[in-house]
Amino acid sequence: MAMITLTVDGVEVEVEEGSTVLQACETAGKEVPRFCYHDRLSIAGNCRMCLVEMERSPKPVASCAMPAGPGMVIKTDTEVVKKAREGVMEFMLINHPLDCPICDQGGECDLQDQAMGYGGDRSRYQEPKRAVENKSMGPLISTIMTRCIHCTRCVRFSTEVAGVNDMGAIGRGESMEITTYLEKALASELSGNVVDLCPVGALTSRPYAFNARSWELSHTESFDAMDAVGSAIRIDTRGNEVMRVLPRVNDDVNEEWISDKTRHAIDGLKRQRIDRPYLRQKNGRLAECSWEDAFKAIQTNMKKAKASQIGAIMGDQCDAESIYALKSLMDKLGVSNVDCRQDGSVLGTSGGRGGYIFNSGFNGLEDTDYVLLIGTNPRHEAAVVNARLRRRWLNDGLDVARIGAPVDLTYPVKELGDDPSILMELADGKGPVATKLKRAKKPMIIIGQGALTRKDSAAILGAVARLSKETGVVTADWNGFNVLHTAAARVAGLDLGAIPGKGGMDTGGMLAAANKGDLQVLYLLAADECDLSAISKKTFVIYQGHHGDAGARAADVVLPGAAWCEKDGIFVNSEGRVQYANRATFPPGDARSDWSIIRALSAVLDKTLDFDTHAQLRAKMIAEVPVFAEADVLTEAKLGAIGGKGKIASTALTTPIGEGTGVSFYMTCPISRSSVTMAECIDAFEQNGMKGAAE
Amino acid sequence: MSINSRIADDQPESFAFSAESKKAIKTILAKYPKDRKASAVIPLLDLAQRQHDNWIPMKAIEAIAETLEMAEIRVLEVATFYTMFNLRPVGKYFIQLCGTTPCWLRGSDDVTRCIHDKIGIKSGETSADGKFSLLEVECLGACVNAPMVQINDDYYEDLDYETTAELIERLSRDDVPPAGSVQGRQGSQPLPGPTSLENVTSFPKTAKKTQSASGKAQKSKAQDGGV
Repeated sequence: MAMITLTVDGVEVEVEEGSTVLQACETAGKEVPRFCYHDRLSIAGNCRMCLVEMERSPKPVASCAMPAGPGMVIKTDTEVVKKAREGVMEFMLINHPLDCPICDQGGECDLQDQAMGYGGDRSRYQEPKRAVENKSMGPLISTIMTRCIHCTRCVRFSTEVAGVNDMGAIGRGESMEITTYLEKALASELSGNVVDLCPVGALTSRPYAFNARSWELSHTESFDAMDAVGSAIRIDTRGNEVMRVLPRVNDDVNEEWISDKTRHAIDGLKRQRIDRPYLRQKNGRLAECSWEDAFKAIQTNMKKAKASQIGAIMGDQCDAESIYALKSLMDKLGVSNVDCRQDGSVLGTSGGRGGYIFNSGFNGLEDTDYVLLIGTNPRHEAAVVNARLRRRWLNDGLDVARIGAPVDLTYPVKELGDDPSILMELADGKGPVATKLKRAKKPMIIIGQGALTRKDSAAILGAVARLSKETGVVTADWNGFNVLHTAAARVAGLDLGAIPGKGGMDTGGMLAAANKGDLQVLYLLAADECDLSAISKKTFVIYQGHHGDAGARAADVVLPGAAWCEKDGIFVNSEGRVQYANRATFPPGDARSDWSIIRALSAVLDKTLDFDTHAQLRAKMIAEVPVFAEADVLTEAKLGAIGGKGKIASTALTTPIGEGTGVSFYMTCPISRSSVTMAECIDAFEQNGMKGAAE
Repeated sequence: MSINSRIADDQPESFAFSAESKKAIKTILAKYPKDRKASAVIPLLDLAQRQHDNWIPMKAIEAIAETLEMAEIRVLEVATFYTMFNLRPVGKYFIQLCGTTPCWLRGSDDVTRCIHDKIGIKSGETSADGKFSLLEVECLGACVNAPMVQINDDYYEDLDYETTAELIERLSRDDVPPAGSVQGRQGSQPLPGPTSLENVTSFPKTAKKTQSASGKAQKSKAQDGGV
């Protein structure tokens, strides 16, 4: 990229050609106030706050919309600039109400901050002020439109990033208003981000309204466990209560967006919590008990059972430590019925690490020139990843094809039908899609859980592997074989080898055995998403988790664990990126970190695990599985021979969550199922035709 | 004003372009590249308005959005931006009164007052009999003959209280006066008649064209041979 040199406040800076003057000023370390300009949105140039002086220009120029040219002389700290910005600010404040003391944005408001630098201390305006009716924008966004300064960030976000063309500005001049078409709710999984984007208090978070002030909150930097994207988040807490979740910038993963579930499911942390151990009584009801009684019941039942009659299933939101602890305990007990794949997927059994991760990384989405989706609905499984795919389509017209149900992904997709048996033909390099894959320089296949949890999934994987080899999806310097996960715990579980050992049963096998009563003990580590409805009374079910959900209903003994934000834990996202999540609050009541429960139980069972602290556990785990050692890096994983041969049935491919699956995007885990906000979302978006999301 | 107060309360159940409009749409769309269909949004809004009794129902907005493969809100943005698009029903004679500085200096207040006196409506209102609607708008570009009003498609210029009253009186009888200056001047020439070039007996060819393009096109055409 060619570089150009210009002068900002007497300092020479070099910037890439095509940069704006504002970017050049930032390179020079000069702060330029702005409202409408945003790095990740198109340039609007309508707030005029970023005015700077430019030599040979009679007037100040809006630096965000002015391309930097070689030899330009820019001044940002002159009297002219200050006066110009003060003028702009005065106009902006004419119609802006003095709401700051009662405004949720107060304390973290761009307008408030910049008014400190450029605002006057009194108004010269004598005329009537304008007032704007508030708009209805769904259960997540609360609007106070009189505060709006018409920066149009929200309009640009929803059009460009979220891909829902619902927001716009109607009217003009003084009567301009931001609204959605006929005031329908903003039907996007990313809608919450407009609240972050709003530089004033016009759009604020509805569930968080009047809950807290920004300065009373403690911030914990962590990672999200609602899906397998691993979005970087900041958890804001007051006391022991999670008040809100905000995105952190992580260019490699979520850029600076998070999905509405990540942001708003947290109110589920306060409901349906398991805060003490429970034991099922003779009358069939669960009653509170002490830790000792709970452990005693487990001990009695474990002692009775043979190793082959014990099974353990790990859930979708477990941290690596607790999976490791449970796996170690089961190893010590000689149990091989262990599975971290409660959806019954075939991943992890062949192909090595490269066989179950998103090999190209999410950054690979920036390089790819052809994408084939198989059995996945990224819009609902990984909303922020879908936003990146959309951006590629918007900017470069990226070609996307799909085998699977035709749901709206916010960009055009070439439909190849939902019959996966066409993969058999495709794998031999026949057909126009194979030709396209071959012609593409960096083709990519994204295979979702919908294709991996079928009876013929091994054959599908095999066909995809053949297709990858045939068409250059996997070459020496490019690996476009990508598995998109939906569970935050899955990749870590597979890394830890939490799959059935020799002669062991997988999730399906264990559940079938438990339904018949052949399994004596079933240990559910926060596993709520498998079918536990028909478990025989003969099977002793241990549920360790944080919410009273399906698992607790089926359980004979309930051990109170911690939710993902209540413990330090390691998560590994779809890409295989190791992320160290931090504890933001303490688990409620008697609940404990999950690893420590398992450690305590191991002592009761006379199979004491050889770690006493979290640090020791981590050290041991890292020694056994070195990938956990380094956080936030992508290590290249080898993709071995994967999948099997065989016939692929023509039963339609489904997706695990989203439209037409019975599982709503808004309710995929115990936390989101307990969330009132998520329930409201389902109500709102059902009425607005986002059908699948609202089962 | 939220969107609900900008649009009509009674919206028709459906809207479809007539066969004639469809033909016109074809012609309009041919003017733009295929991937720039959205450029046709203003002509199509105008078409819908002419077809639908001088106002645009939401169904028409949706039909246009579909035709042009645009988001509905984008069409609505355009429709609400321009005052010439009506989103609620208007009277048979839709008066757009210019109140911008030149007209105002030349007495647009008198015109407003006259309309209020004679019809009893203010800007944004429609008369009870559904005959007249008034909207005060910004400059319509006829400042030379200020003050002026636009009634449906025609300009009436050089108005004052009396002439406005006469105009309204004739319109209420559905006797539509000829468009242009109510004082009878042609184009924007001086009121008493031409003050220069009085004795010119023949015009160069281009000049003829200029004249015939001005106000009284019909008349000039008839005189063409004689001048």
